[in-house]
Formats: sequence, C-alpha cells, structure tokens
Amino acid sequence: MSAAAEMVAEVTYRDACRMALRDALVRDTRVFLMGEDVGHYGGCYAVSKGLLEEFGPERIRDTPLSESGFTGIGIGAAMNGMRPIVEIMTVNFALLALDQIVNNAATIRHMSGGQFGVPLVIRMATGAGRQLAAQHSHSLEGWFAHVPGLKVLAPATIEDARGMLWTAIEDPDPVLIFEHVMLYNSGGPLAAGAGAVPIDKAAIRRAGQNVSLITYGGSLPKALKAAEELAGQGIEAEVVDLRTLRPLDDETICASVAKTRRAVIVDEGWCSGSLAAEISARIMEKVFWSLDAPVARVCSAEVPIPYPEHLEQAALPQVPAIVAAAKGVVG
Amino acid sequence: MSDVVARFEVEFSRCLDRDGNAVGPLPAFAANPENLIALYRGLTRTRVFDAKAIALQRTGRLGTYASSIGQEAVSVGTASAMRSEDVFVPSFREHGGQLLRGVTPLELFLYWGGDERGSLFAGPKEDFPISVPVASHAPHAAGVALAFKLRHEPRVAVCIFGDGATSKGDVAEALNMAGVWRLPVVFVVSNNQWAISLPRAQQTAAETLAQKAIAYGFRGEQVDGNDVIAVRAVVGAAIERARQGGGPTLIEALTYRLGDHTTADDASRYREDAAVTPYWQEEPLLRLRRYLSETGQWSKTDEERLQREMTAEIAAAADAYLKTPPQPPEAIFAYTYAALPAELARQRDGLLAVSRVAAPEAS
Ligand SMILES: Cc1ncc(C[n+]2csc(CCOP(=O)(O)OP(=O)(O)O)c2C)c(N)n1
Ligand SMILES: [Mg+2]
Repeated sequence: MSAAAEMVAEVTYRDACRMALRDALVRDTRVFLMGEDVGHYGGCYAVSKGLLEEFGPERIRDTPLSESGFTGIGIGAAMNGMRPIVEIMTVNFALLALDQIVNNAATIRHMSGGQFGVPLVIRMATGAGRQLAAQHSHSLEGWFAHVPGLKVLAPATIEDARGMLWTAIEDPDPVLIFEHVMLYNSGGPLAAGAGAVPIDKAAIRRAGQNVSLITYGGSLPKALKAAEELAGQGIEAEVVDLRTLRPLDDETICASVAKTRRAVIVDEGWCSGSLAAEISARIMEKVFWSLDAPVARVCSAEVPIPYPEHLEQAALPQVPAIVAAAKGVVG
Repeated sequence: MSDVVARFEVEFSRCLDRDGNAVGPLPAFAANPENLIALYRGLTRTRVFDAKAIALQRTGRLGTYASSIGQEAVSVGTASAMRSEDVFVPSFREHGGQLLRGVTPLELFLYWGGDERGSLFAGPKEDFPISVPVASHAPHAAGVALAFKLRHEPRVAVCIFGDGATSKGDVAEALNMAGVWRLPVVFVVSNNQWAISLPRAQQTAAETLAQKAIAYGFRGEQVDGNDVIAVRAVVGAAIERARQGGGPTLIEALTYRLGDHTTADDASRYREDAAVTPYWQEEPLLRLRRYLSETGQWSKTDEERLQREMTAEIAAAADAYLKTPPQPPEAIFAYTYAALPAELARQRDGLLAVSRVAAPEAS
C-alpha cells in the first residue's frame, strides 16, 4: 500500500459520496451529474455541494422537476455513449420514474438483442428517521431489487460510499445506489487512497458464532449496536452487511448462517413481500438443514412512516427489537 | 385593465394538394427527380412490407403487428431529412423510417416475430430499438441530443410518436427539458387521428398538437403528413436548425390511420368503415404518384417494375425470416446483463437440466 493510501482522514458519509462523484467526474469526461437542485443548492442532502463551481453547469446539471423525464434523458444519453449519474431526491419520487427504470433501463439490453446497454447510475436517498413524514421516508429499494436487469446497491459504510459509485460507473448495466438518510452525517476514517470496491459481495462487519444478523444500509449501525449489547449478554452475533441488494451474495449469507445456525434479518422495508422475505427463502432453500431455529425478521411496521418522532421511531426496526429477536432464535 | 402579453401562431405547410398538384413552388430537393423517386420507392417499400407482415400475421407466422398503412409519408419523409450520423428514436409504427435508414426487412420481420435479434441492426447501429411503453422514448431522444450537445457534435436526434403519446407526461417532460436546454432534437407527432379507439378530439381539447411546443418555449408547426415532400422539407428545416444550435422543434404531421390499430384490433368496433373511405383519396402513395405521373416522371411500366422489385425483395426477406432458426431456450438469459450473475447462471443451468429431461433425444 502506498504512503498516500495509508493517510487517513475523518470524513462523513456525505463527504465520501461527494468524493466519489468528484472522482468520477475527474476520471471520465463522459460522466455528468443531473437532478433536481444538484447545482447551486448542492443537492437536497448536500452531497453535490461545490461540484458546480468545479465542473460547471454542463456537467452538474440542474433539471426541471421531472423525475421520469430526466431519468429517461439519462437512459438516452447512456445509450449514446455518456456515463450519466442521475440523482433522484428520494426513492419516494423515484416512483415517478418507475416506467423509465423498470420498463426501459432494465429491459433495453434485452429488447435490443444486446445492441444497447444502459450504463447509467441512479442515486437516491432512502429511509426514515428525519421526521419527513410518509411521502419522504419509505424504504422501497427492495422493489427495485426485484427487477432483473438492474443492480441495486446500498452502501452503509464510508468506504462503500466512496468506492461503490466508482465500480458502478464502470458497470455496463444500470446501477441504482440507495443512500440512507440517517447515514449522511455519520463519520469515520477513510484512507486517502480508498478506491473502487466490489459491488457483488456482502461483507461480514462483525464476526460471531451464535446468530447471524443480516442487514444493509441504514440498519447496519443498529445491527452492530445490537451485536454489542448481545455480546454483553454472552451471545456472539455475526453481522452481515448485504451491500448489494441485487444480485444478492447468497454465498456469504449462507456461509454465515451455516456457521451460526440462526438468522435474524433486519430490513427497514415492510416485511410482506420484502427483501427480508427473499433472504429468508434463500436460507430455507440452501441451508435449511443447518438451522437450529426459524429465521426471524425485524422490519418496519406495515404503516406509512409517521411524522412525530416517537411514532416514527416506533415504526422502525430498533436495537431492542433486534436484540429480542436474536435472543428469541438463540433460545 | 389587461394587456395581451403574448401571441402565438401555428403554421401549416403542404406542397402537394390531395390530387397531387403542387400548391406553390416546391422545395429545392424536389427539382431533382431522383430525390422524389427515392421517396416514392421508400413509401412503396414500406407498404409492401406492411402487406406482407399482415399476411404473415394472419397465417400465424408473425406476432401482433402494427401497420403503418396511410401514414408512411411521415416516417419516410422524416428519415429522408436525416443524415446518417443523426439518431432515429422511433415509436412502434415507423417501419418506413427504419427501412429508409437501413434497418433491413429481415430485421423488422424478426422483431415483429418476437425475436429480439431483430433490434440488433446491422445498419444504423446507433438508432434506437422500438420502445413499447408509449412515449417513454421521448426523453431518450432528448438524452441522445444532450449527449451530442455535451460532446459538441453537430448531430440531431429525431423522435417520432403518436397523437396519443402527446398526452403523456414523458412527452411533456421531454419537450420541456429539450426547450430549457435547447437540445438538438426534433419531435415529430404522427397524428393519425387515433390512439387505438380514442379519436383525436378526445385526446386533448387543444386545437393543435403542435401548439404544445409553444408552452415549452420553442417552435411547433403542422405539416400535411400525407405529403412526403412537405414532411421532408419541414422536418429537414427543423433538423438543420437544431444542428446549427437553434434548439428543438415539434412538428405535428397530420395523417390518418387507414388500418386497424394492430392486427389484434378490429377498428370497425369503434369507427365506421364509411368514415375511413374518403381518406383513401388522401393517402401519401397515391398523392406522390399522381404528381410524378402528371409531371411525366413516372409511368405505368415504372410502377409495375417497382412493385415487382419490392415484392421480390420483401418475399425474400420473409423467406429468410421464416428460415431463421429460433433461439435456444437458454438464450433468454443472454441479454439481461452484460455478464451473467451467479443466480442467473444457476437459473440457466436449471432450465438446461429440465429441458434435457424433457427432451432426452435432443442433444
Ligand atoms: C404507457 C402505455 N400505455 C398504454 C399502452 C397501450 N397502447 C399501445 S399503442 C396505444 C395507442 C397509442 O396511440 P398513439 O400515440 O396515437 O400512436 P398510434 O398507435 O396511433 O401510432 C396504447 C394506448 C402502451 N403501450 N403504453
Ligand atoms: Mg395515433
């Protein structure tokens, strides 16, 4: 490792996202960023602050309020040789662009007999916790993870916020990146030379023997905290960070469960028809005979995410619920 | 007190009247008979293709097919105004334009036969495949135009969609952004008066579709869409304006859908055949043929020769289509991602294992 790579700086998740964007813009002239208020305003979560000054309005492109339209423009530009990064303010508004994402970006390679790929990156915020009420707080990444043709990422760490976009922008297929709103202010060390990371592998964030806590995105810090508490009670939890929601890294998930023989899935999405359900099914299919207890899930309550803080928190997966679920399966 | 703060006009252009008489001086390209014959050939080729496609569908050898009969001039006229380096972003009824730009009849038969290899164009490689969700390709065209603009290339994206598509958000959003960013894109509405069973009058209360451009800050105009000379002239002017940095144009080409919406439709359920009859006197092949014959540029023998030539070409393409071996089942996995993910490889292997069990004698 070079000396530069070893130098470590304290940065926030937001900084890491911005560094990743900046890097992509510097490295590849085909890259441009497009979305609502990404320019002067700096992005609704301040991720692109300062980029307009550095790269100018052609490449840091404020769009009219048209989620479907600018996502479609990103698709067209990607099919014609550019490497657009589209920012959608939050996944809640990505619903306006569902036809472009699901019927177009995800299918065009197939529909064109392989003639065209859509090397497009779409970033958006997801999740609850900022008291933004139901229409700004949902976790719908699991819906997108349902769709063949897409790759779906959920960076939960500083390194991943920094490195996943790098790999995504080089991918020949459409990649969606979900940034959980509660992670933006989280901080941590980042090596100066930190770079591209794989986008098809889950990671073990804490090793343990007694139970696997399988999670991603904004729930990772909660799972780690729960693991800490469990350790205090003599239960060693292994924390699996999915990182990539499509394709799922079955191997890492199943190896962990085969080892711990118990699994709790923590997913901020609603549990019916969820990513958590899919993971649970795969565990049944692949490592059923290793299980010592039924798979447990800790998901959001199946209600629109409420506004008042205490109600919002009541609707979300919380550390005590994770701890309780883990103890439940450990028995 | 009130003042008029803005006034707008929508022009309508035509070169030939319905009897094929020039209504004024023709555009310069029309002085060269070769140009007009090329347009006539393009129209005829499209119609012969169309007839063959319907015949194949009716005999169970092609999938559902959307005929372009009656509106060929919009597609052919538009494509004839483009340069090869421009990019065509068509809707599903633009066989005429696709053929003129070098998509082969075989590729089109494959596409409409359900074989996606038909969109793997050997000719215009950057032209877009058909986007079936109505209007969803309008932003794509704007995206191609944005790519041209960012790379400072003097190229133009040309998008065709129907009258029905103009009611969709994607068209509104694409027009709006094309206007704000002055993108080199030309939008052509092939207004065939119908969106499946919905007549134009019920699609929008707007007097013209062209005027929608005005709301987005750029030129909108109408052209007689059954007059291929006028279509080429009006679209050509818009394309060159866009190439020079003059921004987008919306062109509403007025035409008429003489056939059913698709082979899965029976238009007599919602429109009287008698209402269609007069439009057969307006249709674009007849009109140009009348002009060419009147001006001594086209004879009965020319017509017979052309029909024979086109029929033979399209029949040969249909034969080649029918002889194309179908893709093996595992081909379904080939084009979902550039590289096959492990889970899809597993599903493919599962499919192969099952098909080996189901058909042990094969292999
Ligand atoms: C988003 C969407 N809605 C509905 C349809 C079904 N559909 C296919 S063609 C069509 C009518 C389109 O009318 P128009 O835009 O005028 O084009 P035309 O068929 O007349 O060429 C409809 C409703 C579709 N393909 N996509
Ligand atoms: Mg129509």
